[in-house]
Amino acid sequence: MPTVSINRELLFQALGREYTDEEFDELCFEFGLELDEITSEKEIIVREQGSDKADGASDVVLYKIDVPANRYDLLCLEGLVRGLQVFKERCEAPRYRKVTPASGEHLKLVITTETAKVRPHAVAAVLRNITFTKERLDSFIDLQEKLHQNICRKRSLVAIGIHDLDTICGPFTYTALPPAEIKFQPLNQTKEYTAAELMQLYKTDGHLRHYLYILENEPLYPVIYDSNGVVLSMPPIINGNHTKTSLKTRNIFIECTATDLTKAKIVLDILVTMFSEYCQESFTVEAAEVMYPNEKTYIYPELTYRKEILTADYINKKVGIRETPESLAKLLTRMYLKSQVVGDGSEIEVEIPPNRADIIHPCDIVEDAAIAYGYNNIQMTIPKTYTIANQFSLSKLTELLRQDLAAAGFTEALTFALCSKEDIADRLGKDISATKAVHIANPKTAEFQVARTTLLPGLLKTIAANRKMPLPLKLFEISDIVLKDPNTDVGARNHRHVCAIYYNKNPGFEVIHGLLDRVMQLLDVKPGRDHGYYIQAAEDVSFFPGRCAEVFAKGQSIGRLGVLHPDVITKFELTMPCSALEITVEPFL
Amino acid sequence: MADCSVLPESLLRRLEKADDGLNSLEVAGALGVDHQLVVGAVKSLQSLGEVIQAEQRSSKHWELTEEGKEVVDNGSHEARVFTAVPLEGLLQSELMKLPSGKVGFSKAMSNKWIRLDKNAEGGPRIYRAVDSITDSVREKLHLLRDGKEDAMDDKEKNELKKRKLLAEVNIKTYWITRGSAFTTSVTKQETDLTPEMIASGSWRDKNFKAYNFDALGVIPECGHLHPLMKVRTQFRQIFLEMGFTEMPTNNFIESSFWNFDSLFQPQQHPARDQHDTFFLEDPAEATNFPMDYLARVKKVHSEGGYGSQGYKYDWKIKEAKKNILRTHTTAVSSRMLYQLAQQGNFTPVKYFSIDRVFRNETLDATHLAEFHQIEGVVADYGLTLGDLMGVLHQFFTKLGITKLRFKPAYNPYTEPSMEVFSYHEGLKKWVEVGNSGIFRPEMLLPMGLPEEVSVIAWGLSLERPTMIKYGINNIRELVGHKVNLQMVYDSPICRLDS
Repeated sequence: MPTVSINRELLFQALGREYTDEEFDELCFEFGLELDEITSEKEIIVREQGSDKADGASDVVLYKIDVPANRYDLLCLEGLVRGLQVFKERCEAPRYRKVTPASGEHLKLVITTETAKVRPHAVAAVLRNITFTKERLDSFIDLQEKLHQNICRKRSLVAIGIHDLDTICGPFTYTALPPAEIKFQPLNQTKEYTAAELMQLYKTDGHLRHYLYILENEPLYPVIYDSNGVVLSMPPIINGNHTKTSLKTRNIFIECTATDLTKAKIVLDILVTMFSEYCQESFTVEAAEVMYPNEKTYIYPELTYRKEILTADYINKKVGIRETPESLAKLLTRMYLKSQVVGDGSEIEVEIPPNRADIIHPCDIVEDAAIAYGYNNIQMTIPKTYTIANQFSLSKLTELLRQDLAAAGFTEALTFALCSKEDIADRLGKDISATKAVHIANPKTAEFQVARTTLLPGLLKTIAANRKMPLPLKLFEISDIVLKDPNTDVGARNHRHVCAIYYNKNPGFEVIHGLLDRVMQLLDVKPGRDHGYYIQAAEDVSFFPGRCAEVFAKGQSIGRLGVLHPDVITKFELTMPCSALEITVEPFL
Repeated sequence: MADCSVLPESLLRRLEKADDGLNSLEVAGALGVDHQLVVGAVKSLQSLGEVIQAEQRSSKHWELTEEGKEVVDNGSHEARVFTAVPLEGLLQSELMKLPSGKVGFSKAMSNKWIRLDKNAEGGPRIYRAVDSITDSVREKLHLLRDGKEDAMDDKEKNELKKRKLLAEVNIKTYWITRGSAFTTSVTKQETDLTPEMIASGSWRDKNFKAYNFDALGVIPECGHLHPLMKVRTQFRQIFLEMGFTEMPTNNFIESSFWNFDSLFQPQQHPARDQHDTFFLEDPAEATNFPMDYLARVKKVHSEGGYGSQGYKYDWKIKEAKKNILRTHTTAVSSRMLYQLAQQGNFTPVKYFSIDRVFRNETLDATHLAEFHQIEGVVADYGLTLGDLMGVLHQFFTKLGITKLRFKPAYNPYTEPSMEVFSYHEGLKKWVEVGNSGIFRPEMLLPMGLPEEVSVIAWGLSLERPTMIKYGINNIRELVGHKVNLQMVYDSPICRLDS
C-alpha cells in the first residue's frame, strides 16, 4: 500500500478547515484511507540517521497517509484534497478538458521502429501556462515517484519524463540507439556522458541503480530527441538536464514511455488531471499527437469519461441496503462518480472520470456507494445459507492423533516447511539428488532453498535449540512434507507424516518402538505380517548400522525407525544418543 | 551425644520441671547437643498442636573463630614466637619461616617480649627481652569458650574480633513454655497413611504429620500440544460450529494460475514479484490446466467481459504456468469454487481452511517466511455486504471480540473489500484483525458460477491472535525450531472467548 506524506498545514489550508488529528483520522477511516503516522522531516531524520544529523531540518507536521494500491488519484495533495472535498460535498468534481492548440497543430512525438523490442509505447501531453510554487513542484515530482513505484512497477512498465517545453522544439522523436551513440548531459550533472558511461555512473547511485537492469542487456537504449537533436530523456533511467523544470517553468511537456500501453495512458491521465489545476485555464490539458512507425496517429491524453448504467436494485442488493435511486446517485457523486437517475427512474447513470481508472466493473461502483453510505451504517445480517459442516478427513485424523501422541508423553513441535538443502541431505548423510525435493528458484537465504522432504531435521533442530531443557526430550510433529510427483498438475504433492524423536543419555529404541506400537494401536492396526504391521531390518545412512528398521503396514512401506547415526547427531550439533520414527499417515485414511 | 529421636521427650521432661520456661540455647548446652537439633525438636513438638509454646528470640553472642579455637589449644601467635626463640637468639629470617612468625613477631615486639639486633653477625637476629611471659590472649579466649563472656570487656572483645579470633553471632533461640495440652509422653507422628494402617485400622490411633499446603505439587510427566496448534484447533472448532466445511489445503506447491490468475490478480501485480513470492526452480512449471476455463481467464484479464473493462494487457500463459509456494490459501478456495461451478447445479457452500502460506518477505519479530492463514468463504445466491459483516460479527464474537468496525480497503480479487478492526482494550485503539470482501465477478463468472451467486470471504493470520493470546512478542519463540519448549510445556489451554 503506497504511503503519501502530506504537509498538515497545506492540507488543512487546501481543505479550507482545521481538523484535530483524531477527526482527520476518523475521516480517513471512513473514506478508506489510513492515517498511518503523524511526524515531521526532523523526526524522520532523527529516527533514521540520529539526532545530530537533524539540525535545521523542518519540524513542519507531516501526515503519512496509506492510500489503497489502486487509487492513483489520491497519491498527491491535489488529488487527495479534491477527493475529500467532493466526498464532503464542499465542491463538485471538476471537468477535465483536453484542447487542441489554437494553431490547430498538435505537438508531435514520433516513434521509430527501433523502440519496438525495448519499449514500444509512448504517450504525451502538454500543460500550458502553469504556475508552480515550490510546494506544487515538489508535489508534482513526488507524484511521479509514487506512480513510478506503484502502477509503473518501478519504471519497468511505464516511465515518466517531464520537461520545460520552452527549452525544446517539437516534433520529438522517440527512438532507440546503441548505448555508445547516445550522449547528453543528464539531469543534475555538469558534463556529458554516453549512455554506456551513465550505466557505470549510476551503478553506485542509491536511487537510479534499481532501474538499470531494465536496459542492462538491451542492444538498443530508448531515447527521446527534439527537432534540434537535444536529448529530452533516456527512459526509463534519466532525463536530460537541458529540459529541467523549475519554479519559472510555464509550459510542460509530459511523455510516458512504456511496455504496457494501458498503464501509460492511466499514468498520463493521472498526471494531467492532478496538475492541470495550476494551469491558467484550470483543468485544461493541451493534447499531443503520437505517431507509431506504421504511421498510425493517436491523440493523448485520452481523458475518457465512460458511462455505466446500473439499477438501484443491483446496488441495494449487493450492499444490503434500501436506498432510493436518487439517494444512491447522490452517494456516488460524493465518490467522484457523477451520477443521475435515468430511464424509468430505477436506473442510475454513472460517469467514470479519467482519474478513476480503478473503476473497471459495476462492482467497483457498488463499493463506492457502500463507502459513501458508510460501511458502519450498513445493517448486519445473517445469511440463511444452510450447510452441513464436514471435516477434511486428513485433518480429522491428524487432530485425533496429535491428542494421543501428547497423551503418550511426547511434546508437539511446529517446524518450518522450508529449509536448506543441507538439512534434508548432507546433515542426514544423503545426497540431495536422491531426494525428490522441490527446489526454490529465488531464496533470499539458505534457509529457504527447498521444501522439506522429511520432518526429522526440524525436530533435531528444535532439540538443538533446547539443549538446556532437562532430558529426556520427547518430541513429535504431524505435518506435511513435499515431494516431486509427476502425476499432479503442479508436479509435486504434500504427504502427511508423523515424526517422533527420543533424545536422552541412552538411545531408547524401545521407547520409539513402543510409540510406533501405540500409534498402530490407535489406528487399530494389529501386529502381523499379513494384514497388520511389522518392522524389518533396513539399511539407511541416517541411522546407526544395524539399528534401523523399515515399517510396513497395509501391504506397503510407510516409513522408518531406529537409532540415529552418530554423524547425523553431530551434524545437528547434538551430543546424546537419539532414536526416531517417521511414517506417513495417509494409508490410514 | 544424646539420641536425636528422644530429644523431644528429654526437652519435655526438662520443661515439666521448669515452670518459667526454657531457653533453647541453654537446653542445648545442658544436653550437650547442637542448638539446631533442639530447634528441630521444638518445631516437631509445635506441629503436634498445643503441647508446647515457643517464642522466637534472637540474641547476640560471642563465639571463637577457627583461629581462636586454635589459639586456645596452642597458645597465641606471639607466645608461640617467644617460645620459639632460644636464649642464644634466632635469625629473623628463620623466625619468619615459622607458621606464627609474621603475626607473632609484630605482636611480641609490641609486647616488648623480644628484641631485634639488626647488626648481629649473619644477619638480623631475635633475642628474648624478658625471661617469662603470660599468654593472656589465650587465657581470655579460654574463658570465653567456657561460656564466661564477662571475662572480657567490650574493648578487649573488639580487639580480638579485629584479630579475627572472636566473632559476634546472631543466634535465633526459642523461649519454650508449656502449652495448653502439655504432656511429657508424645506419640511419634506418622508421615503418611499406609496400606497396613488401613488393614489393621491402626490409623485411628495415630497422629499424622501436617502437610505443608504452601508448597507446590509435583507436575505430572506428560506430553504437550503446541500453543499455535491449540489455537488452530479452536478456530477449526468455531468454523465447524458455524457449519463450515474444511477445504483440502494439503498442497503447498501451487501454480501461478490458481494462486493469482484465477483470482483476477494481474500478471504485473507486485505480489507476483520475485521479491514477494517463492518461485520454483524444480518443478518450475505446472501443466494440465482446464483449458476452456483458462481461455476465459485470459480473456477477462486482457480484454474484459462479464461487465468488466479487464486490465487490457498481454496475458501470457507462461506466467500462469510458473510454480510457486502458495502465497495464500485463497488459491485452494479458487480451486474449490471452480469445482463447485463444474457440478452443474449450484448448491450453497461454506468453506474454511487453516494452513500454511509462504511469502518471500523480509523477516522481523512478527513476520516469518511462512505463516498460517485462516480463511472463511460463503457462496450463495444474493449474499450482501451486510451478510459479510453479520458473519464476521458472529465469527469474531466466538473469539471474544464484539466491538468491530469496518474500513474500506483494496484487494485485487474482492470488491467491495473491507478491513476488520476491533477495539483493543489494552492498547486503547482500533487494531486490524482481518481482511474481507466479496469476490469479484471477474473471478467467479469465468468459473461458470451463476451470475446471481455472491461469494463472501475473509482471512486472518493464526500467528497474530496466538501471540496476543499467549503474550509472545517474538514470533521465533512460537514458530519454528527455535521455539522455547518451556513455553510449550507451560502454556495453558486455549479458550478464545475467555
